Amino acid sequence: MTQAQARGRQSQPEGPRRELPKKSRREGLRGIIKEEFGNPERRAAYYLVVPALLVIVLVAFYPIAYSVYLSFQRVLPNQPGEFVGVQNYVSMVADPSFREGFYNTVIFTVVSVSLEFFIGLAIALAINRAFRGRGLVRAAILVPWAFPTVISAAMWRLMFQDQVGIVNYVANTLGIISQPILTDQTLTLIAAILVDVWKTTPFMALLLLAGLQVIPGDVYEAARVDGANAVQRFLLITLPLLKPAILVALLFRTLDAYRVYDLFWVMSDRQLESLSTYVYKAVRVSQLNFPIGNAAAVFVFFSAFAIAIFFIKVLGMKTSTEG
Amino acid sequence: MKDGTSRNIWGSILFYLFIAVFVLVAMFPLLWVFKMSIVTRAELYASPPTILPQTFTTDSYATIFADATFQRALLNSTVIAGTTTVICLFLGSIAAYAIARLRFRFSSLFLTLILAIAFFPPVAIIAPLFLMWSAVNLNDTYWAMIIPNTVFSLPLTIWLLVAFFKELPKDLEEAAKVDGATTIQAFRKVIVPLAAPGVFTTAILTFIFAWNEFLFANTFSFTERTMPVTVAIPNFATVYTVNYGAQAAAAVVVTIPLVILVLFFQRRIVSGLTAGAVKG
Repeated sequence: MTQAQARGRQSQPEGPRRELPKKSRREGLRGIIKEEFGNPERRAAYYLVVPALLVIVLVAFYPIAYSVYLSFQRVLPNQPGEFVGVQNYVSMVADPSFREGFYNTVIFTVVSVSLEFFIGLAIALAINRAFRGRGLVRAAILVPWAFPTVISAAMWRLMFQDQVGIVNYVANTLGIISQPILTDQTLTLIAAILVDVWKTTPFMALLLLAGLQVIPGDVYEAARVDGANAVQRFLLITLPLLKPAILVALLFRTLDAYRVYDLFWVMSDRQLESLSTYVYKAVRVSQLNFPIGNAAAVFVFFSAFAIAIFFIKVLGMKTSTEG
Repeated sequence: MKDGTSRNIWGSILFYLFIAVFVLVAMFPLLWVFKMSIVTRAELYASPPTILPQTFTTDSYATIFADATFQRALLNSTVIAGTTTVICLFLGSIAAYAIARLRFRFSSLFLTLILAIAFFPPVAIIAPLFLMWSAVNLNDTYWAMIIPNTVFSLPLTIWLLVAFFKELPKDLEEAAKVDGATTIQAFRKVIVPLAAPGVFTTAILTFIFAWNEFLFANTFSFTERTMPVTVAIPNFATVYTVNYGAQAAAAVVVTIPLVILVLFFQRRIVSGLTAGAVKG
């Protein structure tokens, strides 16, 4: 999904223009409309795309714009707002709960995505060959992925629980913990990271495996003939050729982890704060906080956007298959 | 490779050991929670815990299925995820057909806009949507969840369908057009039947996506009347405070249909999900 999106993004400024001769561009808007709607096939294409586009614009883009507009107002549900400038953002940054949610989200994202990447890469490298029982492995990959996050969080909460929880029992017996896991914020955050690693590492492995499988075998053959050892082959062939798949998988997982909500909400019984739980609480739990929560939502949107831009521009995520 | 054979044997043993550990870790929670759901309360609280179930009872399942909230939640989830899937497939298949098959000026711009949603944090729109739904009295209705679910499932639907449609042979459609079919007819009579397996895979993935959704459900559903299972089950922790067996049973009931779907269609699902990564 990410590839095509990036591909579309890149070809958007130059792609369509390239196809058309310069003359039709000079004809301006009227020329474009005539060209696009004069042809029945093209007209049909617009009819087919517009419904999906309309829904997306109305239910995603419009609310974001509305949200940005509201973030400069003191607005409560069912009440007229008043313009307050950046006051909401100032209050947001000053709010310890927001900062806690921000730190937790960043720690959770960085640690869980890193762990998922290294373990996922190891798994992908290990299973990148023909062997008996592939079906079983594929099932083991897909089952955690298909679980609703809240349900896996609920399941793990039962296992971390101090009365009947197996994990808590084992950790306690081994003397790793001195108190029930779910009564401590830090331990709960670690537990949440472990659950996320359990749930999404297989999926990361799946994406990386797909990337590995398109690397032609003769490249390795040639390197082996030239005397490259296993480490060299990995660093000089596998990693560079896998880079596009790695970046896609990392961006996808990073943005996913960054919006963490279900896991924290259920595992910690609403105690552990993330950016998303912070916004949620302002919308549903204490609506006096609505304007600040809305500002935080705008913050989440633009920071997620910045992460995507960072991957595409700075890390050079391959944005086009055409080259 | 001097003693290649003995090295290979040890390599294979290590490899299968690794695979076994991997499969076990991945499946462990489901198996363990399943075990919790079928044993008696005495065994559940036993310390040290038993590894294999020593007792068997269906009490936990009886409790959960007698629960009106849970029944209603299953119904709500089915309606919400089902409707979302139908709408997504309709909007998605026609848009994907245009993008995959027809040439028009803003095709790549459309695809970009639609797929940009995949990077959208859903939480960013709950505040404005909450106000919008209050204004039109949609809060605490199925539609309050179906509409945003549709928007956030559409990128996946369209992405998968574009990939499937592109694989279909173009000649058939052109033959249909030569025979006098319009673009829409060519789509309905030729593409849709041919793409049925792909559309079916997409439907399963969209359904799973919508069934698993939690944030919108937790925000826009206020009462048991509209509450899907993803919202109902975490609440069981307070309803069945110490009845961990019932909580486990509820989790199993909600997950089993997904596990069956996934196991049944695993090959297709994997090829659908990795289409992007491979082609990039």
